Amino acid sequence: MLSAPPRPWQHEFYPCIQCGMCGGSCPLGHAMDYTPRRVIHLAREGLLDDVLRSTTPWLCVSCYTCTARCPGDLKITDVLFPALRDAAMAAGVQPPPEMKKALDNTYRYGNPFGEGVRKRLEWTRAAGVPVPVISQVKRPVDVLWIVECYPSFHPRNQRQAQALARLLHALGVDFAVLGPEEHCIGDCERLAGEHGLFESLVEYNAGLLDRYEYGEIVTGDPHAMNSLKRVYPGLGHRYPVSHYVEFLARRLEALRPLLRTPINAKVTYHDNCCLGRICGIYDAPRNLLRAIPGVTFVEMPFSREISLCCGGGGGGMWLDTMIWQTAHERLSDRRIAHALASGAEILAVSCPFETSRFEDALKSTGNEGRLVVRDILELLDESMAPASEVHT
Amino acid sequence: MSGPSRDVWVYVEHMKGAVAPHTYELLGRGRNLAQTLGGRLVAVLLGHRAVDMARTLGVADLVLRVEHEQLGAFTPDAHARTVAALAARTRPYLMLCGATSAGIDLASLLSALLQIPMVANVRAVQVEDGRVVATSQLCGGKLLCDVEVPAGAVLTVLAGAYPAEAGASTREPPVETAAPPDLLNQIRVRVERLLEPAAGDVDITRMPILVAVGRGIQRKENLPLAEEIAGLLGGAVCASRPVIDQGWLPLSRQVGKSGMTVKPSLYLALGISGAPEHLEGMRNAALIVAVNTDPAAPIFNVAHYGIVADMFEIIPALTARLKMKKAA
Amino acid sequence: MRIAVVLTMVPDLVEELEIDASGKALDTQWLHYVLSETDDHALEQALLLKDRHGAHVSVFALDYGDADQTLFTALAKGADEALKITPLPEGVLGRREAAAIFADVLRAHPADLILTGVQAINDLDGHLAGLLGGLLNLPFVGVTRSVEATGEGGIIVQKEYPGGAAAEISVPLPAVIGVISAPQPPRYVPVARIREAMKTRSIDTVAASGAAAQPVPTILRMYKPQAAGQATMITGAPEHVARELAAILESRGLLR
Repeated sequence: MLSAPPRPWQHEFYPCIQCGMCGGSCPLGHAMDYTPRRVIHLAREGLLDDVLRSTTPWLCVSCYTCTARCPGDLKITDVLFPALRDAAMAAGVQPPPEMKKALDNTYRYGNPFGEGVRKRLEWTRAAGVPVPVISQVKRPVDVLWIVECYPSFHPRNQRQAQALARLLHALGVDFAVLGPEEHCIGDCERLAGEHGLFESLVEYNAGLLDRYEYGEIVTGDPHAMNSLKRVYPGLGHRYPVSHYVEFLARRLEALRPLLRTPINAKVTYHDNCCLGRICGIYDAPRNLLRAIPGVTFVEMPFSREISLCCGGGGGGMWLDTMIWQTAHERLSDRRIAHALASGAEILAVSCPFETSRFEDALKSTGNEGRLVVRDILELLDESMAPASEVHT
Repeated sequence: MSGPSRDVWVYVEHMKGAVAPHTYELLGRGRNLAQTLGGRLVAVLLGHRAVDMARTLGVADLVLRVEHEQLGAFTPDAHARTVAALAARTRPYLMLCGATSAGIDLASLLSALLQIPMVANVRAVQVEDGRVVATSQLCGGKLLCDVEVPAGAVLTVLAGAYPAEAGASTREPPVETAAPPDLLNQIRVRVERLLEPAAGDVDITRMPILVAVGRGIQRKENLPLAEEIAGLLGGAVCASRPVIDQGWLPLSRQVGKSGMTVKPSLYLALGISGAPEHLEGMRNAALIVAVNTDPAAPIFNVAHYGIVADMFEIIPALTARLKMKKAA
Repeated sequence: MRIAVVLTMVPDLVEELEIDASGKALDTQWLHYVLSETDDHALEQALLLKDRHGAHVSVFALDYGDADQTLFTALAKGADEALKITPLPEGVLGRREAAAIFADVLRAHPADLILTGVQAINDLDGHLAGLLGGLLNLPFVGVTRSVEATGEGGIIVQKEYPGGAAAEISVPLPAVIGVISAPQPPRYVPVARIREAMKTRSIDTVAASGAAAQPVPTILRMYKPQAAGQATMITGAPEHVARELAAILESRGLLR
């Protein structure tokens, strides 16, 4: 029973001064039955039963805005909401069906799509360059590339994985991927409240990552980076990891000459939550975009620290129906308006969730054709290709 | 006990005084099988005041009928144990039931009670070189299995495997009435009442035909066009997520990753592009027909038939054609 | 009330199915197994009865296809005991043979109510629920969407028919019920609870009896249907398309 003595996680929130910054900053705070501030208050009193059965646990998209602004540095995103979800499930509350399926799939297949492990490498067939698998190269490599689930399986994101493969190849990077052995790093599952699933993924992944020899890990998935960089070390597993924007930005001088074909367009960039608010990476993606000939970079409203989440993080991809029914809006619809207001023709992104979310947002807000959504990888890849091959 | 006869028995399924259309499919096929085997086609009709239905079973050489209050509404025990009592006497060569709610219960019970083999999910059955060979469809249609059916077996046959017309006849068959077995008076399984589905409360996962609309439907006001086709086909309208999100149809009609997974006999996709999230919910439909203006729409990768056209031109033409067929 | 839930592991269709060299069975090299979906519902139905009436729930499974994982998950969800039937006879086990083995075990572990999924995706030679009803000579109803206990030591089930119709049927106990769906979707159990069950609970083993030879059909060959590939396109003026389409639907028996 949760009305009994407070559990360990509740102790962490005793310093809360009830300022309300969290609920006030939360993009979906207005739709929650209980704002984070009220949840903390109730948690301290041991009165969580109603909260567990409310909509609140399932409305957090892990955008970290509350965490970034909390004057007490309280871990609302990383501790409070996952704990609420875990407690709700323990009390018999069923997670929304979409989320349930994704978690079941991850447990069984190591990815939320429920795809067989043999399909992990299907995307490499159209890459146009070899993609070595580390278990087959049987030697240390400079870069272990963790592709992650969306770029591996989702058709829209496979193109981005293929683009990164071509970029790494063009830069002469000695890299390899995990192939069929790769399982989800587990960031979204962790934030979704499934700590048992996250622990089993950490065990599995640590076993894998400890077995191979490599200089550093690079990933195109900001969520994977989030967990590998900030959570795995606390469990005893520390790896050197960076996101592709950092990795490529560090090699900008080698990359610049390869970007031959201009992309003559106004380009804006959406700061995603994991790279931005959590890790403070704002300049690297902008530097990459500015390096593409022909690009005029424009900022959109609410950029950098105050960027508005696309709604996909921390299980958000699996809460869409729930959030739609409760809040009657999608954060990606709200955000696309900012991109449109910038006057840009291209919205550049660097998180796999975002391409589909923003493309859908353009359609559902009746703005299809007013701008296109491209991952930075796709733009760099296009600029690398001879002019005749570029498709808009 | 003498060996089995060469007779083919068809279990007549009926509800509220009407023979199930599927039974005529079995009768049509049964006629063909009985002929080849050199036996009779026997329609087994169990019910209560069911005599009128016997008239429509003229394709059979004989209607074997049992009347009892306990047989009025279907329960697996009453019906299976009665068929078992009949079959124990005359040992049919082959028994055909529909792969339906009633049929699968009946056949499984019969198989155990009579210690006879059973073949489930049959989509084809024929006589080859003097032996009965059936093809079973398994694993969501991903696997087929040909089996030799031993004499005395019971089969459950998938709906739509054979044409119902072959089972239609204006001839009035001879009817033999068998005495109800005593066990019927001891059976304590009872149908208390029949529940009708709530009006407007459609379970799309159980509909055999679905007309699906996507963004291409453009406006809520256009939905009646899809509803009309659905009505003519005896199905229901469902939708991909964007349509549901607009509130034009209730959540119960949503197909896809965050909606329902459906496996209808026909999935007519109108103006649906085929995003992976949607395909996940319907890719195993038996027959997928897609209409979309975009020839590169991913839906065409899973559809069996594709039409690159404006759905607002196809819908009226199809509606007119379906009405014409109905009137014929 | 003592409830026995009978679980069957079936091929997981996520991986491509391959036929083995004999041409009569599935190649087991890449084959993974998953709990039959209707059995998951049967377990949920049992747990709902336990929630409401304090029933005792035992789950049974044959020892193949990672049955352990499934049995521990059932325990984590709230089953009281899990029994694994082992060892199994050689060769591929059909549904009829499995039914005979289960029936023997269930006679030795009597229950008031036996619940199992009414059909599984690879049911070739029968459906387990009805077979159990007949082999155990117990009252049987299948394709149920709900099972409720009456006050008087019996149950009322709703047997589902097409279009959402149903028959409410009263059944005396002991009985066998074949579940198609539980009134609510199978409950989610956090992975942490499954891992805990694996560490703290145990699975009992039960010997499979030497079942007598069962009447079954002979498999001649197993194969995959012709690949569908790309859609067959129907082109032409709307009237022509409509005519073609209607003809296709008619040939498939879809026009009534």
